[in-house]
Amino acid sequence: MVGESVLEWIIRLSGISAIIFVLAIFVFVFREAAPVLSNKEFSLVEFFTSIAWYPTSEENVRYGTLALIAGTFSVTALAMALAVPFGLGAAIYVSEFCGPKTRETLKIVIELLAAVPSVVWGFIGLTVMSRLLVNYGNAPVGVNMLNGGIILALMAVPIIVSIGEDALKAVPDSFREAGIALGASRWQLVYRVLLPAARNGLLAAVLLGIGRAVGETMAVLMATGHAVQIPHGILDPIRTLTANVAAELGEAPAGSAHYRVLFMTGVLLFTITFVVNLTADFVIRGVKRK
Amino acid sequence: MIVSRAHFVGKVALVWLLCLCLLPGCRKPVDGPAKGSGSPATIQNKGSDTMVNVAQAWAEAYRSVHPEVNVEVSGGGSGVGIAALLKGSVDIANASRNIKPQEAAQAHANTGKEPVEFIVGFDALAVFVHKDNPLEEISITQLAGIYGERGTITRWSDIGVKIPNTRHEKIIRISRQSSSGTYEFFREKVLNKKDFKLGSLDMNGSKEVVELVSSTPTSIGYSGMGYASPGVKMLKIQKEPGKPAVPPTSQTTLSKEYPIARSLQVYTLGQPVGAVKEYIDWMMGPDGQRVLEESGYVPVLSK
Repeated sequence: MVGESVLEWIIRLSGISAIIFVLAIFVFVFREAAPVLSNKEFSLVEFFTSIAWYPTSEENVRYGTLALIAGTFSVTALAMALAVPFGLGAAIYVSEFCGPKTRETLKIVIELLAAVPSVVWGFIGLTVMSRLLVNYGNAPVGVNMLNGGIILALMAVPIIVSIGEDALKAVPDSFREAGIALGASRWQLVYRVLLPAARNGLLAAVLLGIGRAVGETMAVLMATGHAVQIPHGILDPIRTLTANVAAELGEAPAGSAHYRVLFMTGVLLFTITFVVNLTADFVIRGVKRK
Repeated sequence: MIVSRAHFVGKVALVWLLCLCLLPGCRKPVDGPAKGSGSPATIQNKGSDTMVNVAQAWAEAYRSVHPEVNVEVSGGGSGVGIAALLKGSVDIANASRNIKPQEAAQAHANTGKEPVEFIVGFDALAVFVHKDNPLEEISITQLAGIYGERGTITRWSDIGVKIPNTRHEKIIRISRQSSSGTYEFFREKVLNKKDFKLGSLDMNGSKEVVELVSSTPTSIGYSGMGYASPGVKMLKIQKEPGKPAVPPTSQTTLSKEYPIARSLQVYTLGQPVGAVKEYIDWMMGPDGQRVLEESGYVPVLSK
């Protein structure tokens, strides 16, 4: 009896541990970042509107993250432009068009794709992809936004496929039967019936893919060229918020303004992924209500 | 059920308290590793990426002389190495720049000891371009124009260079991350302590710079001359207008003719003792200096 209740507590604790960890992480990140708000060298306006990122300058220290924010959003947008058509197309194919054998094979392979570690993706970007872009893409330098975008797209596609497929599977078969009974072709069925019915789930799949792309660090650090600038074309090198933290946190003396500003970019990233995930969550809940 | 809920709340509070207690714990300095001369000893060695090759070569060569001493080497940049030394988590920090007064003050505040410097070699900071680039020499002024925040040189045609087999004109500037001693040294000597132009590709290691230059025809980069590879070309550097351009070599580094050469140093907290002292003595002796020279740097000992 006692053993059972102890076990019950352990399970309950594991259940709520996620909430505690998220809160603890947020408290920690914010606690490390907050003191910089009262630092005279730091201004929130500059933080959001200046592209000048000079954390270790000897003449004029500036903490502008606009170029980093632009880098993060542009590479994510590019990755989504590549990943969404492929991901949704693959989800539709796996769920509606292929036979059971192909489906099993495809699902296993796609899950395998999701299991590739991000540093391996970064390595592929740095070596294979950059050479391809220089030799065949006529890029002046191989590590750039397109390289990072392709790598991120490859990382986001498995998520979009598996969640998108679940959403399509969740559409009741009666919808399909009704469509076929009305004489719809397979494509008409997908386009007119299934896509509208599974709309929320597919949107959630895309949003989770975006979350993956925004938060990714190692692969973009290696593939994007790590240059602080507002990109003018998809072949320009960029730097993302995540890669910037990864590259600079080790050097910044604990407690210095630079260190705290890096934590501030952590708060910013946390907010971005939180908003994306929360939106995805609301959208998924919308599906269930139907 | 009501009782169990009260319990539940209690547990939540307990876990919370635990989390809060653990948080500051992770900032405590790591206990210093064994420093005695007793065997087996482990020496922790961290810092400059420029020196990581030679530091590893030293550690390996030292193993054959003193198998009972294990030297663990890691990179990260001069700033990272010095930061680790200040926290007391490494025995020896490698740095391709000198320790800053505020860092020395922090070391004193943290541990009550002064950092001690040993110059273990010299390095010429080479400026690299792709092997197909017809350029042979460049002046410090031109470098500042390319890399500096207010510099106006952005295309190869600005300095009269036409790179074969490409229609791209823009100079791809390859630089280093800001914790790098090489980055700070370049900023001090070439940019006169002013800032870099934004938009350079900031690599995390000396080797990465050379690799990217060798795969990018329109690029320019800087790194220790020990990292030269067949795909790149080291430029001669002209210090002032009218003076001859000087190639980076051992002779020009030691004679200080080459304008962007620097000393390489290791730091310890307080005068080293035991295994650490023996190791540094060996580094600066003939065997250690031979290893340094084989790694592409310039030894301290004049032959």
